[in-house]
Amino acid sequence: MVENQKKIIEENIPLTDDLFQRVGTKGLSGEDIGKKSLTYWADVWRRFHSNKMATLGLILLILVVILLFVGPIISGKDYQFINASIKNTLPNSEYWFGTDDMGRDLFTRVCVGGRISIYIGLCCTLVMFVIGALVGALAGLKGGIVDDLIMRCCEFIGNLPYLIIVVILSMVMGRSLFSLVFAMSLTAWVGTARMVRGQILQIKEQDYVQAAKALGADTGRIIIKHLLPNTLGIIMVDITMSVPGFIFSEAFLSYIGLGVRPPETSWGALASAGQQQLMFYPYQLFFPCLLIIITILSFHLIGDGLSDALDPKLRQ
Amino acid sequence: MAEKEVLIEVKDLKKYFNVGKKAVLKAVDGVNFKIYKGETLGLVGESGCGKTTCGKTVMGLYEATGGQVIFDGVDIHSLNRKEKKEFTKRAQIIFQDPYSSLNPRMTVEDIIGEGIDIHGLYKGEERRKRIHHLLELVGLNKEHAMRFPHEFSGGQRQRIGIARALAIEPEFIVCDEPISALDVSIQAQVVNLLIKLQKDLGLTYLFIAHDLSMVKHISDRVGVMYLGNMVEFASSDELYAEPLHPYTKALMSAIPIPDPQAEKSKKRIPIQGEIPSPINPKPGCRFATRCKYATEECKQITPELKEVLPGHYVACHRTEELNQ
Repeated sequence: MVENQKKIIEENIPLTDDLFQRVGTKGLSGEDIGKKSLTYWADVWRRFHSNKMATLGLILLILVVILLFVGPIISGKDYQFINASIKNTLPNSEYWFGTDDMGRDLFTRVCVGGRISIYIGLCCTLVMFVIGALVGALAGLKGGIVDDLIMRCCEFIGNLPYLIIVVILSMVMGRSLFSLVFAMSLTAWVGTARMVRGQILQIKEQDYVQAAKALGADTGRIIIKHLLPNTLGIIMVDITMSVPGFIFSEAFLSYIGLGVRPPETSWGALASAGQQQLMFYPYQLFFPCLLIIITILSFHLIGDGLSDALDPKLRQ
Repeated sequence: MAEKEVLIEVKDLKKYFNVGKKAVLKAVDGVNFKIYKGETLGLVGESGCGKTTCGKTVMGLYEATGGQVIFDGVDIHSLNRKEKKEFTKRAQIIFQDPYSSLNPRMTVEDIIGEGIDIHGLYKGEERRKRIHHLLELVGLNKEHAMRFPHEFSGGQRQRIGIARALAIEPEFIVCDEPISALDVSIQAQVVNLLIKLQKDLGLTYLFIAHDLSMVKHISDRVGVMYLGNMVEFASSDELYAEPLHPYTKALMSAIPIPDPQAEKSKKRIPIQGEIPSPINPKPGCRFATRCKYATEECKQITPELKEVLPGHYVACHRTEELNQ
């Protein structure tokens, strides 16, 4: 059977010597690596970029931010200007999102309020990251009794009822942007501290940190060159995931009347005002909520994409 | 024979870890040895017997619980910060696991150059030249300098680790199982590289391993550890030809011989049971629980390391009667 097949093949395709050639290796050395070398962050960006949903999130977020800053300029209206003659106008070519119950342009207000919302989200995240990373790194690095003390404090602060603190603080410090940021980040850094501590504990036992010690590196060098770059990935995911959380909290606090004070506005405050008109003018609730949803969705998509892009287990 | 110069002397070195209330893990419990300049001291023993801890304590990476490590006349555990930095320039370590010993966020050039930067040895173009030279020394090429560790295989990574240790021209290197994570063909490459470097640069090694044939190949003298104690210590040829401690005998009988006939007729000396926990160990000889020659004395009194033959030390109460 096999013999037969061989015969048939040989008869149909004559195997002459000129069909055979040495391919050779053309001077390739065994140690050469073919792939172009990428830095770590270039590699992360490549993987993030190839994730369609994450890229969509990033584009959405950029569009929202552009809208917030350019919106009031192209609409050419003032967000505080009251005009009683055009109260509760439906969305039209003049007022794109309509007007509210005092005749103010809703589109301009949503843009200006969005700036405040995102500003609060970023501020709180920054405070949370700085305090959390410092405290967590200190606990992880020092270990022993310092670690114990810090972690017990964290547990205590983390267990305080958040809403009560916000209410008390806004009573004591008054309703201002500062007190809002202060109250929201007061308890939020605990999670970051715990996470950073865990990472540091894990990394500081790695051989490459010991190797740096054996080479005579001091603590500062070990932190900057070894601990920080290796924790940064996880911290970045945490940051992107917590911005929407803060925007949400701000919206919630403004909604129950603890947030920013009029005439300043935010998405939460706008939603709160729109809710009172929900029966007759539902668009007043719809537009601020739409912006909140788009922003939070895009942050989550980015965070998701980042955590995939940074996960070394998924590396090829 | 001329008196050899002692580079490192380890005196009664102890390293304990607290693992809970009243529980002390005695990883290294009173180890003594000397390493002469230019020689290789092998350290063997089964997993968990304290070889690595011993090596890291000798390097000063762990604070010693007791005892001294005297490097060139000075106890390294009593150094101040500046002297410690000076010491790190003269002694280096190669790690066991090539996957965790290189920082994934640094390029090979920065990994190898770290010691050069810390000690400010070279700058700019000279630094680059030195790194390329080191890469070639360990059998990699200079195109690899800008790459990241994850682009290399285990053997290549280990060689990067060796290049890092060599970068600051140390006199003494602790090789902490540098070959156990590699496959056999690469093991030979790395060991031969280490031997070649020793010849060329006059290095002194403390070579930790559990591959007995490899240790015999590379070492001048060998110490056998069991559960934090040194049980036997002799020149490599003598130890392998004539082991005196019951544990060493069993260990030696476990070396496979690359000859099926000899392997078949070889008599293995089995050891019963598991290695006991090093947490709160009982007094007496550590090996007494598994030793078939153990007597009441062995269970009560810890045997000292005694010089039985010239240069051959054994820690066993019954050495003489068992080796008639």
